[in-house]
Amino acid sequence: MTSIFGVPTQALFGQLLVGLINGSFYAMLSLGLSVIFGLLNIINFAHGALYMMGAFVAYFCLQWAGLGYWWALLIAPIVVGAVGIVLERTMLKRLYHLDHLYGLLLTFGVALVIQGAFRNQFGSSGFPYASPAQLTGGYNLGFMFLPTYRAWVVVFSLGTCLVTWYVIERTKLGSYLRAATENPALVQAFGINVPRMITLTYGFGVGLAALAGVLAAPIYQVNPLMGADLIIVVFAVVVIGGMGSIMGSIVTGFTLGVVEGLTKVFYPEASNTVIFVIMAIVLLVKPTGLFGREK
Amino acid sequence: MAATKEYAAAPPAAAVPAIPRHQVMAFAVMIAFFAAAPFFVYPLFMMKALCFALFACAFNLLLGYVGLLSFGHAAFLGSAGYVSAHAAKVWGAPPEAAILVGTAAAAGLGAVVGYLSIRSKGIYFANITLAFAQMIYFFCVQTPFTHGEDGIQAVPRGMMFGLLDLRGTLTIYYVVLAVFLVGFLLVYRAIHSPFGQVLKAIRENEPRAVSLGYTADHYKLIAFVISATLAGLAGGTKSLVFQLASLTDVHWTMSGEVVLMTLLGGMGTVFGPVVGALIMVTLEHYLAQLGSWVTIIQGAIFVVCVLTFRRGVVGELARLLKKPL
Repeated sequence: MTSIFGVPTQALFGQLLVGLINGSFYAMLSLGLSVIFGLLNIINFAHGALYMMGAFVAYFCLQWAGLGYWWALLIAPIVVGAVGIVLERTMLKRLYHLDHLYGLLLTFGVALVIQGAFRNQFGSSGFPYASPAQLTGGYNLGFMFLPTYRAWVVVFSLGTCLVTWYVIERTKLGSYLRAATENPALVQAFGINVPRMITLTYGFGVGLAALAGVLAAPIYQVNPLMGADLIIVVFAVVVIGGMGSIMGSIVTGFTLGVVEGLTKVFYPEASNTVIFVIMAIVLLVKPTGLFGREK
Repeated sequence: MAATKEYAAAPPAAAVPAIPRHQVMAFAVMIAFFAAAPFFVYPLFMMKALCFALFACAFNLLLGYVGLLSFGHAAFLGSAGYVSAHAAKVWGAPPEAAILVGTAAAAGLGAVVGYLSIRSKGIYFANITLAFAQMIYFFCVQTPFTHGEDGIQAVPRGMMFGLLDLRGTLTIYYVVLAVFLVGFLLVYRAIHSPFGQVLKAIRENEPRAVSLGYTADHYKLIAFVISATLAGLAGGTKSLVFQLASLTDVHWTMSGEVVLMTLLGGMGTVFGPVVGALIMVTLEHYLAQLGSWVTIIQGAIFVVCVLTFRRGVVGELARLLKKPL
């Protein structure tokens, strides 16, 4: 068996793939957080819970309605996005005039309620969710075996991230969004309905989380606590990338996933902490994050 | 949107040199309550409440008076607990030394984390402290001396100062009460000193405080270290009381809990965190058999507090009495 730096290539590429998969989820989740943070100035602590909800919607679709994975990819973001919109309209909206910390505290409470409710109902053991028939099997690349579904996750999430980036940075709608991020009062004065835009942005951001949840369902299990610890890693990713930076969250999401995977190969003890260590270093060197700027 | 930031729980400024009478009275009521409590309530339960009350007071110094929301305070509570438990069990240190070593560890950790995170503000600060706490959590999961999922069990309580046998429930209760009072009065003193006034000035308007010549970062760092140290004191004491140091105390849910205690009791009030801790510990005690309902109820209290009850119990009381508590 061939090896690089004393590590069998099989293990190396295996962990690289795991890293890329994790990176896909980091990127999609931190992208959603960034979009929300940019416009609402709220760190959405409920993001992990809504990601979990997305996976559960996929599970319900299959169990109750017989609708498979492809339907779930469409339905879950819509359902969870709607939940997000209700959340924003009924609760978050009341906090915009206060210190932004209250938004964090509120969404933290919401996350506790959602996670607690799901754990109450479904226990904490989790349910398996089969990957769709079209994406089973895999390719033998010679140096490693690539399961089709995992390749699909990486490609799909990269695609979603790039489309989101394009819409925000290159279209008219995105320009409104960016303008409202800079100066909401002025944009409103130009006749754009900023409150509605804020609501839809929140819905879109949590929709992305739900989409990530559906993607994750066949890889991990559908588990009420699947988002609880993940969200904290994603927070660190967002800090490293620079809060509110769209490209920053995509690039750092994937990069850190890979870095984490490589750490698992070369120094497994540090694989859980490496992202936080990187965060500490980045903060020392550039407190606004790699792609962030002073706001 | 950004122009009208406000803190709902901002207390009226109390720049009075003498301690106001109503505060002395409230303090007396609190002491009487805690002194009599073990004769009416299960003492171990009250000790838990006292440890959390101290933890919440420490946390409130930061959130209520500097306006910094640390979402990682469990790291200080938990790691001090581990160090104290390790000192008492493995090194055979007497309880006072064990608690001090734990507290010192929390202070050191607080200095490092504080130095790294103090330069950011608001949400960024919350996020960064949370991430550091998670890093410390993973460290505690992996390092051998914490014994992973088992935690450090059967920590000996020992003889305090070679005189007080802490195996006696009432003895340890009053020792814990004394520790709590030391911490409480220290926070009180810090808040009502010129140092505390500067902290409040930074909370209200940092650029102005800086323009007046105060190095805000120094003040914030000192407040952070004091807060971490006292959280450590609470953690070290707690590990001796329960004879256990476990991962629960380092996990981020604990950080969330202390935020909730402070918020519910009234942030930026002297007595709020104590009341909040009492309420939360009582709730948990009576809801324990409901299992995961506890999380749901905690979350719901969070939501209700943030939406409609931002002053907290003591904050509302102070508003009714028109006096700072």
